[in-house]
Amino acid sequence: MALLQISEPGQSPQPHQRKNAVGIDLGTTNSLVATVRSGSEEILPDEQGRSLLPSVVHYDAQGVSCVGYEAAEHNSSDPLNTLSSVKRLLGRGVEDIKTLGDNSAYDFVADNGGMPKINTAYGLVSPIQVSAEILRKLAGRAELTLGSMLDGAVITVPAYFDDAQRQATKDAATLAGIKVLRLLNEPTAAAIAYGIDQQDSTQSRCIAVYDLGGGTFDISILRLSKGVFEVLATGGDSALGGDDFDYAIADWLRVELGLSEDLDRVEQRILLETARSAKEELTDCSEVQLDILDTCLVLTRDTLYKLVDNLIEQTLGACKRSLRDAQLTASQIDDVILVGGSTRMPRVGEKVGQLFARQPKCTIDPDLVVAMGAAVQAEVLIGNKSADDMLLLDVIPLSLGIETMGGLTEKIIHRNTTIPVAKAQEFTTFKDGQTAMSIHIIQGERELVADCRSLARFELRGIPPMVAGSAKIQVSYQVDADGLLSVSARELTSGVESRIEVKPSYGLSDTEITQMLQDSFSHARDDMRARALREQQVEADRMIEDLQAAIDKDGAELLEDAELQCLQVALQDLQQLRDTSEDHRQLAAQIEIVGKTSEEFASRRMDASIKQALAGLSLDDALK
Amino acid sequence: MKTTNNFFEIFSLPAAWEINIDQLDIRFRKLQQEFHPDRYASKSDIEKRLAMQMAATINQAYQTLAEPLSRAQYLLELEGFDANQETHVTSDGQFLMNQMLMREALSEAKFSDDPRQALVSLSIDALENAAALQSEFAQQYGASAYNDAFDTLAKMQFATKFVNDIAQLEAQLEDL
Repeated sequence: MALLQISEPGQSPQPHQRKNAVGIDLGTTNSLVATVRSGSEEILPDEQGRSLLPSVVHYDAQGVSCVGYEAAEHNSSDPLNTLSSVKRLLGRGVEDIKTLGDNSAYDFVADNGGMPKINTAYGLVSPIQVSAEILRKLAGRAELTLGSMLDGAVITVPAYFDDAQRQATKDAATLAGIKVLRLLNEPTAAAIAYGIDQQDSTQSRCIAVYDLGGGTFDISILRLSKGVFEVLATGGDSALGGDDFDYAIADWLRVELGLSEDLDRVEQRILLETARSAKEELTDCSEVQLDILDTCLVLTRDTLYKLVDNLIEQTLGACKRSLRDAQLTASQIDDVILVGGSTRMPRVGEKVGQLFARQPKCTIDPDLVVAMGAAVQAEVLIGNKSADDMLLLDVIPLSLGIETMGGLTEKIIHRNTTIPVAKAQEFTTFKDGQTAMSIHIIQGERELVADCRSLARFELRGIPPMVAGSAKIQVSYQVDADGLLSVSARELTSGVESRIEVKPSYGLSDTEITQMLQDSFSHARDDMRARALREQQVEADRMIEDLQAAIDKDGAELLEDAELQCLQVALQDLQQLRDTSEDHRQLAAQIEIVGKTSEEFASRRMDASIKQALAGLSLDDALK
Repeated sequence: MKTTNNFFEIFSLPAAWEINIDQLDIRFRKLQQEFHPDRYASKSDIEKRLAMQMAATINQAYQTLAEPLSRAQYLLELEGFDANQETHVTSDGQFLMNQMLMREALSEAKFSDDPRQALVSLSIDALENAAALQSEFAQQYGASAYNDAFDTLAKMQFATKFVNDIAQLEAQLEDL
């Protein structure tokens, strides 16, 4: 129970300022934004009261002309400049996209890094930029409704997204000027939205979240107990979704209409549009009349099922694999939750129900549930909501490894390992006098490197020349709570170090991001300065408050007098700059100094608190 | 961080083969409630980094202690053995012969009339075998006969790999 805070007369406690945090579901077909207000999750609609924002961006010669419903209206008239479903392209290379097989609708150009750019009236744009436009639109919607700037957002990604796809999503948020609190897996978000009311339940329950969106499929198996959401296994296909149903139907239409395979783009779009609306109508009817290209056709549910059944079967295969990974059988699952617009097709619920031998739940709108769960997590992470009871333990969806001799993979971190996770491995040199070695990092389950996803290559140079086999090279891998990997390598006898952020082969480089940010802000430079200064001031305030509280509490016990004095001086300098400086860079530099000065103190406090946490354990065990 | 030396100490548990899994589970969650990076989302970058390292260590410690094979390996590492090396092979001829026979049975199972059933009965034998090795390890480790325990550990690695290979074959059959 929360205790009321009562202060000395005349010394009111600093009002705890409420922060604006939102959850954003960046979907293949539709995106949306939600927040928690007065204790309950709500979707933030646009001015016309619409919850969804179609993930569509239209470009003209001047740049982005519109985003969302307005953009979607250009679909048939201006297909080349109307970009939709770009989530399927995020973090992928041109070669990958060819194997997706459905994107002849755009003009693709590979840049020198192999990253696909789409040729529009405005020029070349990357999928990351297009996603940033969608995020910017949603953030604008939220700021308008909430009446002030956003302090942070949780953005959801398919659980099965690999490192490159996650990094691309995060880069898109950076481009849109959004502070990312966490990348959250979509099925986990849905589980939060469903599970939040049942936190008090003492029984632990196993749930399966079946999430079929427009372009991605995820299955996650979770165990819920006393507010802990523990992901046991996850699986899926980041290139399978409702769009594929549309392509299958469109192809049927093409054959029925007697058209050849090489359609022009307008025809393609018409077939796809017709397919999509036919699919949606068949959710409630058993057959639908189609009037297309001056021909009348009838599509029945039975025909539809013949077209999509093998796609649904693919998803069920992934469900079985995840059950095995979780070491559970279908009958041990207590609840099955349906998420994602594509689960509206009755056939999907029917097939999933058969597999798990129970009626799946879909009491929360499958289009909205992910954003709602993300909003709850955002509220906790920003600090508005006490996090005492809720904890998420998520996993890495795909194994990480390196290339070894002969193009084979060696797994370092296995799929479904709880994150964050750190692993280190030792290697040695192969030849006498070898001074460099290259390391190729891959993600995937297959034996051959060629069948896995290449994440990054880097070189460790400056190894002192030694006899083959005597150098000791330690490679450390770290996957953070967002599921993002960083790698460092060190030669142990000499201490030569090489650290890389794994920047995926098909992502944006840091300089590109900085450049794009500068470009987008160049019209509003003053605005940007004011924003940056405000951000640093907030950061300084938080740091001063936190550190002062820490010093008051533990300073005497954990710090030497000289150390304490040093910290106090750094803090005072920061306070002074905070009050006087107009230069955000100056302020940022002092924040960094205080950070460095307090690092050892923070480390000692962490050590002290693990002992405290353990001290309380025997009591907890007794209460279990 | 200083507290990361010993995985058993992290959970305030004695370094022993016998472990109370329920207790381990409870303590694991309790520690993650405290140190998970989500708890530090609005803290400074340094604290975030420390929390991530701490949470990663807690995860690794939990996984190591929760699985019998990795727990056995870890116990012997604490006694100074390089137990992670796969180069250590048992010299027990009888055991090796037995392994060969079981491997043969596994490769034949695929072609039998009822591969699923063949795998199920193989799997029962394999699990029994693994359990027997575990109690042998427990006895030797308990009696501080670490060299013998080290030899048994090598056998446990064989046995665990065999159980996993059966499971993988079963999975392949299921996917067909």
